[in-house]
Amino acid sequence: MTIQGVIAACILLLGTSTDQTTAKPAASPSPSSNKQVRFTNDIAPILRHHCFSCHAGTKQSGGLRLDQRKAALDGGDSGPVIRPGNSSGSRLIHLVTGTTPGLRMPLSGKSLTSRQVGLLRDWIDQGAHWPEVATSDPSNSGRARKADIHWAFLPVVRPPVPEVENTSWPRNPIDAFVLAKLEAQDIEPSPEAEPGTLIRRLSLDLVGLPPSRVGTSRFPGAGHTDVYERMVDQLLDSEHYGEKWARHWLDLARYADSDGYETDGPRPNAWRYRQWVIEAFNSNLPFDQFTIEQLAGDLILHPTIEQKVATGFNRNTLTNREGGMDLEMLRIERVMDRTDTLGTVWLGLTLGCASCHDHKYDPISQRDYYQLFAFFNSAVEVNIEAPLAGEMGPYLRGKPEYDRKRRELLAQYKVAGLQGEWEKNTLEAANNPNAGGDWILAWEILAVDFDGGQDILRLVPSRRTWKQRDRMTDHFLKWYGIVAGEERVKELKFKELRDKLKSLSEKYPALSEAQTMTEDLNPPKSHLLIRGNYRQPGPEVHTNTPAVMPPLPTGPEPPRLRLARWLVSPENPLVARVTVNRLWQELFGTGLVKTSENFGLRGDPPSHPQLLDWLASEFVATNWDTKKMLKLMVESAAYRQSSRVREPLQGRDPDNRLLARQNRLRLPAELIRDSALSVSGLLDPAVGGPSIYPPQPPSVGELAYENQWNESQGKDRYRRGLYIYFKRTGPYPQLVAFDSPDSLTVCSRRQRSTTPLQALNLLNDPVFVEAAQALATRVLREAPGSFEAQIDHAFRLCLARSPTASENHRLIEYYKRSAIALEQNPNQVDALFPPQGVEGIDRQQAAIWVGISSTLLNLDEFITRE
Amino acid sequence: MKVEPLQYGPSRREFLQRCAGGLGSIALWHLMDSEGRTATRARRVTDPAPLQPRVPKIAPEAKNVIFLFMAGGPSQLDLFDPKPELKRWEGQPLPHSLTQHLDLAFIKPTAKIWASPQDFCARGNCGMEISDALPHLATCVDDICLVRSMITDQINHHPGQLMMNCGVSMVGRPSMGAWVNYGLGSESQDLPGFVVLSSGGGTSAGSANWGNGFLPSSYQGVPFRSTGDPVLYLSNPPGMSRRQQRARLDVIRDLNEQRFLHTGDAEIASRISSYELAFRMQLAAPGLLDISKESRQTLDLYGINKEASKSFGTNCLLARRLVERGVRFVQLFQKGWDAHSNLNKNLKRQCGITDQPTAALLKDLKQRGLLESTLVIWGGEFGRTPMVENRQPGRPDSLGRDHHRLAFSLWMAGGGIKGGHVFGRSDDLGFKVVEDPVHVHDLHATILHCLGLDHEELTYRHQGRDFRLTDVAGKVVRKMLV
Repeated sequence: MTIQGVIAACILLLGTSTDQTTAKPAASPSPSSNKQVRFTNDIAPILRHHCFSCHAGTKQSGGLRLDQRKAALDGGDSGPVIRPGNSSGSRLIHLVTGTTPGLRMPLSGKSLTSRQVGLLRDWIDQGAHWPEVATSDPSNSGRARKADIHWAFLPVVRPPVPEVENTSWPRNPIDAFVLAKLEAQDIEPSPEAEPGTLIRRLSLDLVGLPPSRVGTSRFPGAGHTDVYERMVDQLLDSEHYGEKWARHWLDLARYADSDGYETDGPRPNAWRYRQWVIEAFNSNLPFDQFTIEQLAGDLILHPTIEQKVATGFNRNTLTNREGGMDLEMLRIERVMDRTDTLGTVWLGLTLGCASCHDHKYDPISQRDYYQLFAFFNSAVEVNIEAPLAGEMGPYLRGKPEYDRKRRELLAQYKVAGLQGEWEKNTLEAANNPNAGGDWILAWEILAVDFDGGQDILRLVPSRRTWKQRDRMTDHFLKWYGIVAGEERVKELKFKELRDKLKSLSEKYPALSEAQTMTEDLNPPKSHLLIRGNYRQPGPEVHTNTPAVMPPLPTGPEPPRLRLARWLVSPENPLVARVTVNRLWQELFGTGLVKTSENFGLRGDPPSHPQLLDWLASEFVATNWDTKKMLKLMVESAAYRQSSRVREPLQGRDPDNRLLARQNRLRLPAELIRDSALSVSGLLDPAVGGPSIYPPQPPSVGELAYENQWNESQGKDRYRRGLYIYFKRTGPYPQLVAFDSPDSLTVCSRRQRSTTPLQALNLLNDPVFVEAAQALATRVLREAPGSFEAQIDHAFRLCLARSPTASENHRLIEYYKRSAIALEQNPNQVDALFPPQGVEGIDRQQAAIWVGISSTLLNLDEFITRE
Repeated sequence: MKVEPLQYGPSRREFLQRCAGGLGSIALWHLMDSEGRTATRARRVTDPAPLQPRVPKIAPEAKNVIFLFMAGGPSQLDLFDPKPELKRWEGQPLPHSLTQHLDLAFIKPTAKIWASPQDFCARGNCGMEISDALPHLATCVDDICLVRSMITDQINHHPGQLMMNCGVSMVGRPSMGAWVNYGLGSESQDLPGFVVLSSGGGTSAGSANWGNGFLPSSYQGVPFRSTGDPVLYLSNPPGMSRRQQRARLDVIRDLNEQRFLHTGDAEIASRISSYELAFRMQLAAPGLLDISKESRQTLDLYGINKEASKSFGTNCLLARRLVERGVRFVQLFQKGWDAHSNLNKNLKRQCGITDQPTAALLKDLKQRGLLESTLVIWGGEFGRTPMVENRQPGRPDSLGRDHHRLAFSLWMAGGGIKGGHVFGRSDDLGFKVVEDPVHVHDLHATILHCLGLDHEELTYRHQGRDFRLTDVAGKVVRKMLV
């Protein structure tokens, strides 16, 4: 018998079991619980978790589906299972309580708890009310079925702030929501964290650096509200705030400094977008504007250069420059990535599923997907000059001389004639695609290695911009060997010429450039792609938003701009929820919706649905003010709680979803580096600018396709982790070891793993060894005197607290042992502490302190925000 | 019951009990759950012992895997799949019906057929025909199962390598080695469970070939480097002796323990364990890499004394040594098979690098009784076309072949695989599979099966759905099994 058969049999049998139940009260189902039940909050999650795997969508065991109002009330092959108003006569209840021995739904997985059964009974007894939701597209109302029951598609309604018993704890409305839930479970919140812990937490969370001044002073009255609030304001005003929160956004933007794929070539201008993100956070650009500029900054009326730079968000897609690639396929892949990324970042939906078929769980059809796809299908990539302040003057002054010298060089190597001939032949090949041979290859390389190169070749030289002209010449010099043969290129000394041109351009000031998007003047049509295959176009589709969500506003503005405005319109049920949830996640470790990337049916339900909605409505009401929202969150008593684990609660709430305490969180990769550099005094705090290349072992580059690691010199190598050049096929090892995302696709929440490679990295990576040496120097300089005073100073720098007596004791013991070891091997002193010419420091003591400093930098507490 | 705050933490005794077994005792509840689904619900990212060995549901033939990955796409027509018929059609294009929907990377569908210049003859007791370019492998054919009916979806290197190593051509998915460690944990308590060894330079898909994708990073492949520290940052800083390192680790451990007593956070126990494993790795790695105690005979067997095969041979020997030490998944990457031109020269070079060490590995594993429990796989991301690629007309020695996905060859040995067996067949032109097609998904399903893992049950919940190495396809190829 098939599974379906078994279930059908169960349902048939149930008809008789009901009668038996009335006869035998002992087998009666669980009693009802007598409370007002709400379908969306109470019932839908039960059905979703316990029933949908066999009774939803196309899976309709026994002909029963429970994901759709009408079908559920109609029942299965053997009739209704829900009788509104009569739970003991509803077979659903008998089925889940197993009143017939051996027959209990669900057939596999956990049985329902008596509380859940009670809820189901109440719901049925109270009339089995199942709300219907209006949809934007009446013709598509059939598809709105899952929206009927899924909370995330319902409009945000600002809930009232709940009443609580303990009125002294809440500092703002957030706390009332948290406390109401705790009180319902008879749990008291945790006390406030110790001042040092709290300041360190705040500093790491808001600016991503440990507090800077705690090393020398006490924390005067950090517990005082006004002092704390002033600290919050100061941190939010710091320019490092933008760096910290930009990094989180760059995870979502899948930012990297290289193309990805085989050749993984550099993207020397990618950082310009990163710069925009940092500045957007620092200037507190409202999130609605932040959204609009990144998705459609180019389409705003009279856009500024910065607004165009913002569209670099969608230039972080991967580019494959491997030979022989199908360019249309690559283009479609990028458009799909833009669509999927929009889904994850703003809607919290896994849209990608619907690129091949209707979404299995969420109310997103394949047509919906390609209608969203169409917004990006008409956008094309373009690189623009995006000078930063102060760049233009020196550039203009140097340009004439540079141009003259370049012309002279090109003339000296007789480039013009050869290039003209090469262009002519390449174009000819392009017009005869079946001809084959090297000239076709030359034409194809133009597409692969020179964005827009084919179009530019078709322009007569006089109609090209000077930049396009120069770029074409550079391309010609690089690739002439393909058609002329390497021998000939050697003869012409083109390699020598290219080197000369390169060093010439390095001598003159240049303008920063940026990767941006713009609208295609001649856009391709958009089709539904059958099974996601670009070679199988289905019906044509036009830009539109998913049927389950509010309609796209009409108007004269281009569709992509209207899409961006639609996202941040107050009616959109998802964007504000998804965004505040992510801010919460960054401050508490886990979002109110744990699956911050997925608010769909397969995502986790919110731990505090009312709080989520209150925050979302507050975010919109304050004009999407991110700093204000963060301030609200960090000033809550909930945030300020101690993170100590309360063993009695571990059994009841192991994941701390009730928020009866804060969470201890391992720092993200970049912040571990930043912290070590910061406490040791090595950090170069400069904000913004191109990416850096800190030293890494040569063997890292050897495993990538091409090694392009030109180690940074001077203080650049001590800059913050978010500036490290991110090479997709061979990222900086410390980032990899500490769970930095691969930046190939959008990442909404990072993992926090614990591995031995992390230990080796912190113990032995020269960056951390150097930090330990610098920290040793700093401590001995700033706290001359007793060892206890030095330890105290070092603890304050690294952990924002004083050591306990037993910590002190243990470190003294370590100090003594190290001293003996070094006395026996005095030659190790210079190796452990190589800095020379450090005045007023005992070298042997410094060498011992390197070990102690390294110990502190390796403590779990050091790499954890408590 | 009212739960008051300030009842912090377990006792010190409890803590020590939990830490005492290092990785072991903490992880008991992580043994694969009885429902068989290796559910993320049971195992979390913060799992203190993600690599704790787990007992698979199916009785496994193989415990370990050595995957010799031949990056670039070796030519099956010149190595494994003799096609005398090609001689007859040489110089002619394929019929239009075959090529009209064909994906090709560089050549045109009208490219002409090129017969293999290699000689093939029957080898071993089984009479398996392989190319004379592989004289050493020829002595091992009775141990290998040669698949002549491989199919993949991709014709470019990067997506093709992802397909073969991660099961999907898209980025961001876990690699096979990561999946296997996720499913089985590692037997080795002092080495990573998934080790990567490279020779011949970096590969197209780079670190994505051994990445953990959305799985916890404990499962990612750890590249052993050929220059500098074999594992990044394995050496102590200058001036720090092993004793001082131990003293440093002791004080770190003691302070972490005190913090644990203060905060009650089990993550700290996991952090302490990770430092102990790091220290054991520092001790174990030099012994692993020190091949000077291997006999002269063994070094000769692997071709380590010859310049051409030294690097790959050393990696093959290390692979055996890693497996001996319980490392679950070892993957070798050998670049350089992408012969668009100069195919003959390329084959000579690549076979000179790989043939002897590969055969040596099989023989060595066998004589040590390890082959039965070790699955060895040899293959690349796709094969090459029966048609010629001619980049330098007029120079017959410069001919090559383009990428081909519709029929290529790969072999497996040991670990539950039938030896001396040829599986699947391509048509007379080596263009398409005509018998027993083995898609990459099927290969993966079979590999997991040999390890005792059901490819449909080895899942991980990510972005709202359960993901598998085999995506939504794959079937175990039972005819390849013992």
